[in-house]
Amino acid sequence: MLKTFPKGGLHVPDNKLSEKEAIQSINLPKTVQIPIAQHIGAPAKIIVERNDKVRTGQVIAKSSGFISANIHSPVTGTVTKIDTFLDSSGYKNPMVSIRVEEDNWIEEVDLSTEVNSEITVSKEEILQRIQNAGIVGLGGATFPSHIKLMVPEHAKAPEILLINGVECEPYLTADHRLMLEKPDEIIIGVQILMKALGVSRAAIGIENNKKDAIKILSERIKNIKGIEIVPLKVKYPQGGEKQLIKAIIKKEVPAGKLPLEVGAVVYNVGTTFAVYEAVQKNKPLIERVVTVTGKSLVKPSNFWVRIGTPIEHLLQAVGGVPENTGKIINGGPMMGKALKDYTVPVTKGTSGILLIPKEKSNRRPMQPCVRCAKCVDVCPMGLEPFLLMALSDNKLVERSKDDNILSCIECGSCSYICPSSRPLLDYIRLGKADVNKFLKSQKDGK
Amino acid sequence: MGNNIIVSGSPHVQTEQTTKSMMYHVVIALMPALLLSFYVFGLGAIIVSIVSIVFCIGFEYLIQKFILKVPTTISDGSALLTGVLLALNLPAGFPVWMIIIGALIAIGVAKLSFGGLGNNIFNPALVARVFLLISFPVQMTKWPEAFADRMKLADATTGATPLGFLKEALRGEGSDIRELMKSLPDYTDMFIGFIGGSIGEISAVLLLLGGLYLIWKKIITWHIPVSVLLTVAAFSAVMWLVDPTQYADPLFHLITGGLMLGAFYMATDLVTSPMSPKGQILFGIGIGLLTMLIRYFGAYPEGVSFAILIMNAFVPLIDRFLKVKKFGV
Repeated sequence: MLKTFPKGGLHVPDNKLSEKEAIQSINLPKTVQIPIAQHIGAPAKIIVERNDKVRTGQVIAKSSGFISANIHSPVTGTVTKIDTFLDSSGYKNPMVSIRVEEDNWIEEVDLSTEVNSEITVSKEEILQRIQNAGIVGLGGATFPSHIKLMVPEHAKAPEILLINGVECEPYLTADHRLMLEKPDEIIIGVQILMKALGVSRAAIGIENNKKDAIKILSERIKNIKGIEIVPLKVKYPQGGEKQLIKAIIKKEVPAGKLPLEVGAVVYNVGTTFAVYEAVQKNKPLIERVVTVTGKSLVKPSNFWVRIGTPIEHLLQAVGGVPENTGKIINGGPMMGKALKDYTVPVTKGTSGILLIPKEKSNRRPMQPCVRCAKCVDVCPMGLEPFLLMALSDNKLVERSKDDNILSCIECGSCSYICPSSRPLLDYIRLGKADVNKFLKSQKDGK
Repeated sequence: MGNNIIVSGSPHVQTEQTTKSMMYHVVIALMPALLLSFYVFGLGAIIVSIVSIVFCIGFEYLIQKFILKVPTTISDGSALLTGVLLALNLPAGFPVWMIIIGALIAIGVAKLSFGGLGNNIFNPALVARVFLLISFPVQMTKWPEAFADRMKLADATTGATPLGFLKEALRGEGSDIRELMKSLPDYTDMFIGFIGGSIGEISAVLLLLGGLYLIWKKIITWHIPVSVLLTVAAFSAVMWLVDPTQYADPLFHLITGGLMLGAFYMATDLVTSPMSPKGQILFGIGIGLLTMLIRYFGAYPEGVSFAILIMNAFVPLIDRFLKVKKFGV
């Protein structure tokens, strides 16, 4: 029996169209636009000015505040504009625009391709390098990675490091390809993180539809103590942080608490690779793997993409946007964000670009709730989406809070399964915003 | 570029299953049992079914169009399903004008006056059945005999259902149920459906197969039917072991009357059953207990429809207190 989380979940057709496509490099675009808020927390502070020359890997915006991350120039060129541009949130936000001239890296970076497996740096140095490199969670949450290594004094000591190689989002194959192509680097990354956290155990959770990745990584850990590969049942949202922890160590992270509460720290495989590059090669996070996919594309592909590359540039690389495109998604079909247009840049959190044809872009018209209970069955957090939607619609904020609306991880399972096409998650998001506003007003009142 | 791009919240994909397809699957699951009753009861059953379906859909259309003045929803399949279920709850050869009253009660009173699909508290077909049973007790308990007068429209040879026969006969002093049961059709005939009864209650095996189809197609879950059937089996087993001269064995109770129809198709009605698995099990146990209490001690020989309606009333309460366990709470 494969491990999985016990409550809820469902099977979504996985459509991993690009899983056999090796990650390709893509030529640099003419200009890049780098948002200074690509992470959760405070936006970075811009330290370059217009007309400045910048080199690949140079810091252009510095972390400001406890939860924040550095931003580096992904190219060599000239800063042409510092202004607000449309980003994947649908709003205009501050960005640094750079005209691309060459690709001349800063000297500190080790550009050799050989794998450096000896971990010589200290715990403190590891943390420092990860922070300097501007690494954030690449699974999509974009939480600054170094903070998870700074265990508060009174908190429980971490017991196990969990690596998320689940990639349960349909269509996306970025993590899958990375595990196949960079297994040694990932394992070294795991060892680096184990050292930094002071834990002796780590487990890499991988959904069982990626048997080749399970095989390759299992071979690599044969002679390494403390690391385990855990094949997981194919079930959405297996890659949710709380679901992954529950599946592997059988503990439930209490509502509103962090994984550390049950002794776990979770990193995505992509982040683990970035940690390897930062610590062993001194390389800042300026590129990532992006899956460009969709049934209407001639050749769905995986690319190494510099941060700030316009999505348009990626779409040209796969033969342009098909005529019948109705939706462009930043991410996967379950949790990705629909974009307004093709000009927005790739950020640290962009794991894929998915095109959906027109005929599949509109939801079916909403029908009355027939109380079929499918939303209750599939909710991995044990919530009652039908009820939360009604509470949210009627602005019953306190009852929404008591029914744990804030536990919702926005996986979209309820809206997916609803036979009446009810926009359950849309209403739950509104309800969550109302509850957060309410809690804030209460706190401010005191 | 950009002007034809659709922006909406995630998720951006949805399942193929719709409310409409679920309704039609239930109708498909009921077809074998319905066709068998056409074979067993002939024209009388066909007429009842057609009238019930036509008038359920017709009333929904007319009421929505001319009284409520809202868009009609007859294509969602729910009125069709109510029509089929109502027919299955009536005896073959039931007078046409009474069926029309039943259809009006089901659609007009039990469904649309509560706000239409999704808002009704009680199962519409069962409300109509109980209304008709109380209003027209003679016609509602006139069961044509299997295979007799299949081509006749009225005045067919009638007899009692197995449950009705036992109820009546047990009133006699000193009667032994084991002797009485010898005059009933054997269990194989009851199981297949070659007995008297309402159109849909005769074939336990075909209803069971249809029910399994619904579970396979993920239209219903096992919780309600299994808890109803197990409760009935357990309760009747205890009574039978205590006094086999007065109480029939569990198998008899499982394959007679409306139990299979009720357990798989009426109690599992999405709208009027609880949301959580725990709640569904409690709901099923309640139906099983009430059914057997009515069968043993009530005035009517059969109690499934009353049991379901009574438990329907408890659904809001069950939903309020028996919830799924929340993650990390």
